[in-house]
Amino acid sequence: MNGLLSLLIFLPVAGTLAVFLVPREKPGVIRWLTTLVTGVEFLLSIPLWTFSGFRASGGFFFRETHDWIPSLGAKYALGVDGIAALLILLTTLLSFISVYSSFTAVTKREKEYYAFLLLLETGMVGVFCALDFFLFYVFWEVMLVPMYFLIGVWGGPRKLYAAIKFFLYTLAGSVVMLLAIIALYFFNTSGFLWWKGLGNAPTFDIVHFQTIASQIPPDLQVWLFWAFFLGFAIKVPMFPFHTWLPDAHVEAPTAGSVILAGVLLKMGTYGFLRFSLPICPTASRTGWVQLTVVVLAIIGIVYGSMVAMVQKDMKKLVAYSSVAHLGFVMVGLFALNNAGIQGGILQSINHGLSTGGLFLLVGIVYERTHTRMIIDYGGLSGVMPIYAMLFMVILLASIGLPLLNGFVGEFTILTGAFLANWRWAAWASLGVILGAAYMLWLYQRVFFGEMTNEKNKGLQDVNLREILTLAPLIVACFWIGLYPKPFFEMTAKSAEKIVLAVSAPPASESAPRYAAGVPAPPPPAPAAALAEAK
Amino acid sequence: MPFAAADTLLILPELFLTAAGLVLLLAATAAGREKERTIALAAVGSLVVTGVLLAVSASTAKALPQAAFGGMFVLDRFGLYFKGLMLLAAAVTILFSLRFVGASPYPSGEYYGLILFSTVGMLFMASGTHLASIVVALELMALSQYVLAGYFKRETKSLEAAAKYFVLGAFSSGVLLYGISLVYGATGTLSLAGIAKALGASAPTPLLVVGIILVASGMFFKIASAPFHVWAPDVYEGAPTPISAFFAVGPKLAAYSIFARIFFVGFGPRAHEWTAIVAASAALTMVVGNVGALQQTNVKRLLGYSSIGHAGYALLGLLAYGDGTGIGLWSILVYLLAYAFMNLGAFGLVILLEAKGYAGESVDDFNGLSKRNPWAAAAMLVFLLSLAGIPPTAGFVGKYLLFSAAMKAGWFWLSLLAVLMSAVSLFYYFRIARAMYLVDGEGELYWREEPAVTAAIAICAAGTLAMGVLPGPFVAFAKSCLLP
Repeated sequence: MNGLLSLLIFLPVAGTLAVFLVPREKPGVIRWLTTLVTGVEFLLSIPLWTFSGFRASGGFFFRETHDWIPSLGAKYALGVDGIAALLILLTTLLSFISVYSSFTAVTKREKEYYAFLLLLETGMVGVFCALDFFLFYVFWEVMLVPMYFLIGVWGGPRKLYAAIKFFLYTLAGSVVMLLAIIALYFFNTSGFLWWKGLGNAPTFDIVHFQTIASQIPPDLQVWLFWAFFLGFAIKVPMFPFHTWLPDAHVEAPTAGSVILAGVLLKMGTYGFLRFSLPICPTASRTGWVQLTVVVLAIIGIVYGSMVAMVQKDMKKLVAYSSVAHLGFVMVGLFALNNAGIQGGILQSINHGLSTGGLFLLVGIVYERTHTRMIIDYGGLSGVMPIYAMLFMVILLASIGLPLLNGFVGEFTILTGAFLANWRWAAWASLGVILGAAYMLWLYQRVFFGEMTNEKNKGLQDVNLREILTLAPLIVACFWIGLYPKPFFEMTAKSAEKIVLAVSAPPASESAPRYAAGVPAPPPPAPAAALAEAK
Repeated sequence: MPFAAADTLLILPELFLTAAGLVLLLAATAAGREKERTIALAAVGSLVVTGVLLAVSASTAKALPQAAFGGMFVLDRFGLYFKGLMLLAAAVTILFSLRFVGASPYPSGEYYGLILFSTVGMLFMASGTHLASIVVALELMALSQYVLAGYFKRETKSLEAAAKYFVLGAFSSGVLLYGISLVYGATGTLSLAGIAKALGASAPTPLLVVGIILVASGMFFKIASAPFHVWAPDVYEGAPTPISAFFAVGPKLAAYSIFARIFFVGFGPRAHEWTAIVAASAALTMVVGNVGALQQTNVKRLLGYSSIGHAGYALLGLLAYGDGTGIGLWSILVYLLAYAFMNLGAFGLVILLEAKGYAGESVDDFNGLSKRNPWAAAAMLVFLLSLAGIPPTAGFVGKYLLFSAAMKAGWFWLSLLAVLMSAVSLFYYFRIARAMYLVDGEGELYWREEPAVTAAIAICAAGTLAMGVLPGPFVAFAKSCLLP
């Protein structure tokens, strides 16, 4: 399957060009063309699921390498492991769903709208495929532009503010990450500031950086870690960098919110998995660094949940619930053991499915009433029974009810957190309780009780197209909830590799692991945490 | 001074352009206003011929670099790189001016001649290896430009621009000359190679240090970097827009070429001292330019402040002198190519919108452009992304190299400041993007239909994108044009 990843990256670009060729007066053609492109894209990504290599090894597959900027050593290098493959599947699925869900929601400037959605998909898939830092950074930034316009043109009343805030926040984080990439690049070759270089040929190869990780001095690792941290933590977003998220999520059109919550936030967690942990392992396991990240994550969980509880706007409530859920994911990742990391990855996927679903559901009712205020609703279950049922399933998935996906992810994360430090698990589990509280309270106020708003009497229940947009999400929620094994298998080997990378070496830490030319001894598999979560 | 007839062959392109400028000047007085378009196209043609002659003289020269006129002039790949860019900038400026000046009440006969003379000055600057020849070339360039800034002589803004430019320019020339005289006093020579030799042999004296500071100040003025930047926004706003585009690119290219040559070749041995000055100016310039641009509502002023910010980034490249890999100069060369494409393109869009009075100069005049003219809006978006350094555009590649040059040279705090200022810059660049895409336009859209300008913009946009997506060949070519 050579060239599959390139195909996945550039098919949406071709789709964009095709959309530009369609006359503006034929929005129907544009809609169906985009649906077709994203549908084909999803089908093309299925081989990533059926491919057995990810279950056998944590290496990178579907690799492609071409020279790109030879004088810098930058290459067009692609490749995916199980983690990236799962995230790409999530991306293609959610992109398809967002396009299909926009048919009636977007009625102005359709041509640009669908073109931007397709460009966004290119950027997102590219980020997960890139194995070259330069290429990664290009995709990472490229993605911001279509998102800016999706929020800014088709967004809500405060769209102008939300759009530029989103762009500036993310950009500020990523430029600092760029400095870390440059520092790493020079360290690998001729040195940087007061650190002596390794003298290797110039390269941006991510796999290469992962292999030299043990030679990077701990003090440099700490600097690199925090520089990467800024880029990824803003994207996740972690407390206190989360303030762009409520604005962007609330003002974005439904499809934009789905993509933002479903995929863009996952780029942050993916960044931690792919770069921060494997390239700065010593820094990551340093006590105070690990503790800082986990404490920020736990603050995010508790604070996000409590703020979500008092929201009057449904979309804003879901947005703050994202802060809490992503805090959960971060606790899992920084438990630095197999259960935590596997749970974190799975919970990233789960969050994409359930929160994406919630945004779709809010969008459905918003299209009918043009209000998202909880106070305008009440007693909806009487007029929209199917809608109420669908909402219930997704909501329970988000809360983490057993048999649905959220439970599996949260349970695994808590196991990992418990193994690392029982106090973390105790704090994090507070999030589960608070999550149930704000979500169920929301449900109660919107769907039960008397119908207080006369205007809602005549609301239409969901139509077939809307059911079809939600169906894949609900199927996936049940699938992961009932039988998570194939999902864990996809990521097990890669997670093992990451755990291996961040585990302390057997010898005493005082030995200089980074002495030039002396390869670090391979650390043993961490026995305690390996078999969990299977 | 030894004089060899063969040396004349080396400056044949410059001689040709001088002659072409004189002929056009005379022809313009003889011909009426209806022939102005022909004269402009002839000027573009002479620039193209100059480019061809440059290629010929470069390929027929026995070896590069080749010095001539007793070390006053050198033909090397570094200079040729700059000369190519200068010719491009001049040609694009003339294309921009076709209808702009033709439709104005001012006859354009001298206008094109002055652009050519100014270009001759710039070409000699790029090749100057002697402070005397550099200063003479610089004055030729600057004097032509003072006149061009005030070419719309009954417009108050244009006159104001010319007066400010002239007074401050003359003052800075004085500072530069005074600095040169001190350097001469300290070293006893004006040839760059000679200065380097003298500096390498002796410890720095206060005389020399003051001289270097004054020369650097003169350079800072020419590239519009703080604290000598104040003229730039006023001049860019007041000058006829094609001339603003020219000022934003042409003279800056020339100034960078002599800045790099004087400081790398001449003052190289004293790099330890002057990098501190350059670093301070770079930091100040990035902050002043980018913060100043935040408040601007006039697009020409905004681009003026943005070009100050960009001068600050470019100074980062100069700081990386002497790390042995040449990455500093390399990054400046790549960056200036990107800078020429994106700045000329952005000014071109302003010219297209400026069909009536000062329409097109305000950010609000871009409102709703994406609906009224999607292609123009898309091109402007490409330029804005590139100016802000967002991939995949040329601006990103240039900035990436500059930032890594600064990191390589150990200027970590400056690189951090630079990337943060680069993020700030997005805010004001995207005010224009916001106007084009997010705000609905009202009222009449003034639009100048001008195929020559459209073509020039298309070239700039294609260049910006090509260099962003496939930087390989551009980057490699720049690397082959470094100073020895």
